[in-house]
Amino acid sequence: MLMKSHTAPVRSRRRLGTNIGPSTWLLAPALIFFAIFALVPLLGVAVLSFMHWDGLGTPSFAGLSNWQQTFTNPVTLNAMWLTFAMTVLCYLTQAPISILVGVFMAGEQKYRAVYSVLYFLPLLFSAAAVGIAFKALLDPNFGLSKAFNIALLSQDWLGSTDLVFYVLIFVISWCFVPFHSLLYQAAVKQIPTSMNEAAMLDGAGRVRTFFSVTLPQIKYTVITSSTLMIVGSLTYFDLVFVMTNGGPGNATRILPLDMYLTGFRSYQMGAASAIAVILVVVGLAVSLLLNRFSGTDQMESQQEGA
Amino acid sequence: MKSQIKTGYAPNVPGGLAATFWLLVTVVPIYYIVVTSLKPRQEYFGSNPLAWPQNLTFEAYGRVLENDFALYFFNSALVTVVSVGVVLIISLLASYVIVRNRGAFAKFSHRLFLLGIAIPIQATIIPVYYMIVKMGLYDSLLALILPSIAFAIPISVLILTNFLRDVPSSLYEAMTLDGASHWQMFRLLVLPLSKPAIMAVGIYNALQVWNGFLFPLVLTQSSEVRVLPLSLWTYQGEFAVDIPAVLAAVVLSCVPLLAAYIVGRRQLVAGLTAGFSK
Repeated sequence: MLMKSHTAPVRSRRRLGTNIGPSTWLLAPALIFFAIFALVPLLGVAVLSFMHWDGLGTPSFAGLSNWQQTFTNPVTLNAMWLTFAMTVLCYLTQAPISILVGVFMAGEQKYRAVYSVLYFLPLLFSAAAVGIAFKALLDPNFGLSKAFNIALLSQDWLGSTDLVFYVLIFVISWCFVPFHSLLYQAAVKQIPTSMNEAAMLDGAGRVRTFFSVTLPQIKYTVITSSTLMIVGSLTYFDLVFVMTNGGPGNATRILPLDMYLTGFRSYQMGAASAIAVILVVVGLAVSLLLNRFSGTDQMESQQEGA
Repeated sequence: MKSQIKTGYAPNVPGGLAATFWLLVTVVPIYYIVVTSLKPRQEYFGSNPLAWPQNLTFEAYGRVLENDFALYFFNSALVTVVSVGVVLIISLLASYVIVRNRGAFAKFSHRLFLLGIAIPIQATIIPVYYMIVKMGLYDSLLALILPSIAFAIPISVLILTNFLRDVPSSLYEAMTLDGASHWQMFRLLVLPLSKPAIMAVGIYNALQVWNGFLFPLVLTQSSEVRVLPLSLWTYQGEFAVDIPAVLAAVVLSCVPLLAAYIVGRRQLVAGLTAGFSK
């Protein structure tokens, strides 16, 4: 069937010699989609950050006023601080739990397999669904407070400015720990059992083995997972939007939410674009920094090790 | 001595207890969602929220289904299937060229796609909104499909190129010697060999599109083009005090994923972690 054309072998020999491979035209559909809806908007957001636009009319040049507003507006400055605090606290909560759960799931005992099936369940829910469910569960009148007669659990979880921030960090961890534990489980399973056995024969305890064998062996996964966690926390939107919409007051108005509310609720698209540019720059900087810090291109090296 | 090596450490009791604690943290909210969705409205206000329903009923599900749930479900399915279908085709073609074409342009394109992985979707929503309005696509399903495709391309190309690189070049050479055209190689070699990667990429993107919230929130308005995650949010407003119905909608929204999880847990897990783990 392949030999049906007489000229085919000749043509292919020429191709072999020049090594051109399949036509670059096949790249066109992917490039066009990507350029129009990802690259152009990326440039567009930078341009719009120097424009006044209410979302309906024609944008007009605004000079640096959006940027001045962004860096002097107390709400936005507060949003930056909240985003920073949330990123750090989410990381400190999620990373240890994910690693421990991942190591636990990689174990061979039968009950661990059963646990693993259940640990996965939060991944079945969209962020919007999780937000709605927890909003009901944390309702001060009909939720958790009513389930137990314990004063500690009877709080207005989402209504108190002191509590709500930490409640969000908990819910975010609930959402994302399953995903990261899956990454760690896969990584831990790759460690040759001989390494653990050797450590055991040398008299290393469980804790020592964890720090001296397991952790160094999964370091690429730690870097990947950390990058995803940190860059991800810059972009939490759905969950916070559905659960608190930034409130009470501005207690949970993190940067992506501040961008949305400034743009699509206050119709200051220019100022919102300036916030968006900050998000892009910080996100890219964190990714690059973590890559540099690890000394490798994590995506590539992961595959080489496979 | 030998038996000691085999049995390893003694059972990890503190580890097991901590794991059980996290299990409860994980499962109790889900138990709450299911149990509440099965309660009559009056019972929701009266009973302990974590108690098993005394008068178990599916009425809440009925109220959700009466409220156009099927339409929203269909919209979500349509957007997901079309987006993922297009993404798979164009990303696979692009990956094939990137792996097999040694030209500078292919290399440049690859770099460009890799850069795209770091672009946060949220940050580009304002220009995307502007373009969709200018194109006259605002408040249509196409408004959701087009950007969804664009933002799924980088990760898809990354995973597929990584996978295609592992196809031994001797296979391509053998086919070239047999006189196969590039198109034949694509159809007879690349396509069948990359099936597992295509599955993983497809599942990963399907989840992203199915659960997407920001594009529908910003790019659509009317209920005719509403998709599931957005409908959950609007149910919350419409049903306000009917929490059992709101949570029934939450349960219904993850039925397809639950079905996928039961049927093909391995593939689903592989798809979720595609490109991020070895």
